[in-house]
Formats: sequence, structure tokens, C-alpha cells
Amino acid sequence: MGDPFLIGDGMTGGYGGADILHDCTIGVERGQIAVIVGPNGAGKSTAMKAVFGMLPLREGSVRLEGRDITDLSPQDRVAAGMGFVPQTSNVFTSMTVRENLEMGAYLREDDFEETVAQVFDLFPILAEKARQPAGELSGGQRQQVAVGRALMTRPQVLMLDEPTAGVSPIVMDELFDKILEVAATGIAILMVEQNAKQALNIADKGFVLVQGRNRFTDTGEALLADPEVRRSFLGG
Amino acid sequence: MTDLINAFVLLSNFVLIPGLAYGAQLALGALGVTLIYAVLRFSNFAHGDTMAFGAMCVILVTWGMQGLGISAGVLPTALLALPFGILGAVALALLFDRTVYRFYRQQRAAPVVFVIASVGVMFMTNGIVRLIIGPDDQRFADGERFIIRAREFKEMTGLAEGLALRTTQGITIVVALVVMVALFWFLNRTRTGKAMRAYSDNEDLALLSGINPDKVVFWTWVIAAALATIAGTLYGLDKSFKPFTYFQLLLPIFASAIVGGIGNPIGAIAGGFVIAFSEVTVTYAYKKFLFYLGWESEGLMQLLSTDYKFAVSFVILVLVLLVRPTGIFKGRVI
Repeated sequence: MGDPFLIGDGMTGGYGGADILHDCTIGVERGQIAVIVGPNGAGKSTAMKAVFGMLPLREGSVRLEGRDITDLSPQDRVAAGMGFVPQTSNVFTSMTVRENLEMGAYLREDDFEETVAQVFDLFPILAEKARQPAGELSGGQRQQVAVGRALMTRPQVLMLDEPTAGVSPIVMDELFDKILEVAATGIAILMVEQNAKQALNIADKGFVLVQGRNRFTDTGEALLADPEVRRSFLGG
Repeated sequence: MTDLINAFVLLSNFVLIPGLAYGAQLALGALGVTLIYAVLRFSNFAHGDTMAFGAMCVILVTWGMQGLGISAGVLPTALLALPFGILGAVALALLFDRTVYRFYRQQRAAPVVFVIASVGVMFMTNGIVRLIIGPDDQRFADGERFIIRAREFKEMTGLAEGLALRTTQGITIVVALVVMVALFWFLNRTRTGKAMRAYSDNEDLALLSGINPDKVVFWTWVIAAALATIAGTLYGLDKSFKPFTYFQLLLPIFASAIVGGIGNPIGAIAGGFVIAFSEVTVTYAYKKFLFYLGWESEGLMQLLSTDYKFAVSFVILVLVLLVRPTGIFKGRVI
């Protein structure tokens, strides 16, 4: 069995000073959802940032479709087919929903109207609010704009940093449904989640991190069924 | 009834028209300041002297054209020279960006460092302008002086009061309008303009979207320098060109940008007119106006001497910063 489509392999590194990640491995296949969970301060977001090139690695590598991209800048990784949705400040608040999508497609020289239509199909509410400034939308709608913006480059991998932070449980379920829909189009999805139980429910693969190390790695289903994982990380 | 019309004409002649022209000049200046603030995130103290430099380039080219016998007929030759002046100011702005500001951008320096650097750039620009053209008044307006002359207006209408509209005032208002429409079209409709807004809104996300920061910075300087040259030339045509007055203009220009809401282009325009009309109405002597309304007054009925006109912007600036730091149109807090 070869590498997953995207893999951060044996990543070790930190923001200068002490390492935050220790030999941490995270991977995801096309059309699948991989979730990084773990207690606060486990380095979940850091691991994701490392995969996206926002953290200098001392050891290990990141490979996309077998190609080593460890030395690419985040901008170059976007061009290489990776989309990233940060946890906060992930929309242009003063610009309309449509302009947000246009900015997402900034790198594209071809006609992106079709992609806009696809995003509007996926998130019908955005079509309705296309001419409204994104800053005026609710938290859940903003997340949809943020995901829509990242989809505009037609990425092969979509990385989401806590997409459901600060939204209500109902909106969270809706967002997870949308994420499943996105994965069904063949995009690999890697996300960090606080709501571990719900996230593992939709995940094909789960990575439980503790203090920057892989603690458990299995399918979402198996992790949910594992008594030790349940006891330690899912609250029983 | 005639008295009422006379009062209105009087006010138009001495308050409305000069206020509109001055407001348009301030608005153009404030737009440049606000753009730099929105994109590069610092208050550019060199903007007034960039206006002086741009206007100086226009004057030199104007003199050259006049020497060669090129003219724009009834319009000032300076309008033909304007594009060349813009090129000069853009070159200067880009030169300073490459040699000064880029270094601090790479250092990710704090905004206050940029502000102090811009003060240095201001003194240098100021020095260059004085070296080249000298510190004195320069006149470069030519063509037809008036669109409407006061005497002709009186003969035409039979009123006691005359209304004069100088060519430079008319040109100022028309050019400012055209420039503002073009700027808003650029910011809201073009890819580069939208990228500038995106970069101003959220720098990190703009980078993630693949927006090239160097390109955004480049276009910001080009536009700011063009706006500065246009504002400086219009002001010079309308009043006269003297390097020191552009340094003084910095205060009302910053007041305009902040009153309107710094970082917000619509605010810069609104702020320009608010400041201009405040200055003009507070320093105007209302004696004759009140006379037409049937009130004989002893004094000049002037709230403040014109010597204090800069105090007006200063007071408004302080009040806005105290009461509503985001300005009229919710800009950023300085």
C-alpha cells in the first residue's frame, strides 16, 4: 500500500525554540474525511498548519500525490491544489459574498463562473446573499463563505481549522453535512475539530493527538468504539 | 425678495463655490492618505510634500509647453502637463518605497516606525522640491480666467451682488468628480482594485488567496501618487504654488481622512467637504449677508479670523478623535 494522497510524514518542529510536534504523521485520501482530534494544546491546529507549510519542520516531510512539497510556501501549496480555511478571520468582511468567492479564484486565469455556480449549489444561502457584505452574515453563513472561498481554486485537498467553532449544534450538523457533500465530489478533507464525537462520526479516518504525538490512529468508527479513546477523549 | 436672492448669491460667491473647490482638493488629498492607510497601514506624513512634488513636475512641464507654444486654449496648459507630473510623482513614490518602506515591510516593523520613516521622506521630498523650484510662489495658470465674471453676472441679472466662477474652480470640481468616479470604478469593478480591497481587509487571507502583495503595494503607490499630483496641481491652479503651503495642507487633509473614517474612501470625500466648509463658514464675515436679511450689525460678524483656519481642522480633528474615533463612515481606529 502506497502513501495516502496527502501525507505529513513524521513531522517534527515548532515556532523556533522547543518543538511542538514530535514525529507526527497525518494523512488523507481523495474523497475521504480525516479528522484531527485531541485535548486542548495537543497541537491539533499546529499539525494542520505544518501540513500547510505554516510551521517550519525540522524533520519529516509533506507529500502531495507522491510529490515532496515540504519546501513550498503556503501560497505555492494553494497553487498546487490545497485549500485552507483558517479558524478565525476567514472571510473578507467588507466585501460581498460574491467578491469573496472572486478573491478565492484570484489565481485562476480561466472563467470561474461555473465554480461560483457549484458553490452556490452547495450553499444555496450564499446565492441569496451574494451581494451582501460577508461581515453582515451569521457565524454559520460566514463559515460557508469561508469554505466556498477555499473551493474556488478547485482544490484537491481542503483543510478546515475548527469549522464549527462558535456555531450552534444545529448549524454544526448542517456544516458537517456540507463537508460530506464536498468530500463526495472527490476532494480530500482534513480538519481539526473540538467536537470530537460528531466529527469522528463523519470521519473516514481519525488522528488522536496528545502533546504533539500520534496517540491513536484508526478509522472514525473504530476510534468511537475504542473504550480507551472514549474514556480519555470523548467523555465516556 | 431681491435681498434674499442677493444674500444667496453673496453666500454662493464667497462660501459655497470656494468651499466646494477647496473641499474637492482636500478630498483628493485625503483619498491618497486613506488608501495608503488602508493598504500599507500607516499614516503617510509625506503625502503633502508628494502633492508639492507632483505639482512641481506639472509646473515644470507646463513652462516647457508654454515655451514651445503648446496650449490647451481656454483651459490651463497644466491639464496637458498633468499626466507627466503624475509620472514624476509615481516614480518618486516608487523610489521611496523601494529604498525606504520595503525594508521596513520586510522587517514587519510597527506602524509607528513607518510613520516616522514617512516623516523623513517628507523632509527629503520637501528639500528636493525647494532645491529644484525654490521656496517662492509660482504662478502657472493660463487660459481663460473666468467661466462667469462677477460684473457680467450683475449686468445679466441686475442684482447688486456678483457671482464669479473661476475656471480653476470649475476645473477642480469637474476633475475631482471624474477622478472619484474612476477610483470607485477601479476599486469595485476591476480585479486589481478588488485585490487591493481584499488585501486591506484581511492581509493573511489575501495571501492565502494568492494575491500578490508586491503588486498591491505597487498599485497603491501609483494611485496615491496620481491622486496627490492631481490634488496638488488643482490646489496650485486655484490658489498658487508654494512648497510650504503643501506641508501646511497636511493637517486639513489628515483631519478630512480621520473625520470621514480613515481607510474608507467615501469617508475621505465626505471628510474633505466637511473640513472645507467648516473652515470657510467659520472664517467668513457675515456682516453683508446679514444686512441683506435685514439685520444691521456693528462688527464684521466673523467667528474667527482667517489666520486661524487651520485651528478649525485641528479642533474638529481632536473632537472626532475624542467622541467618535472611527469617523463618520466607520473607518479604523487610529
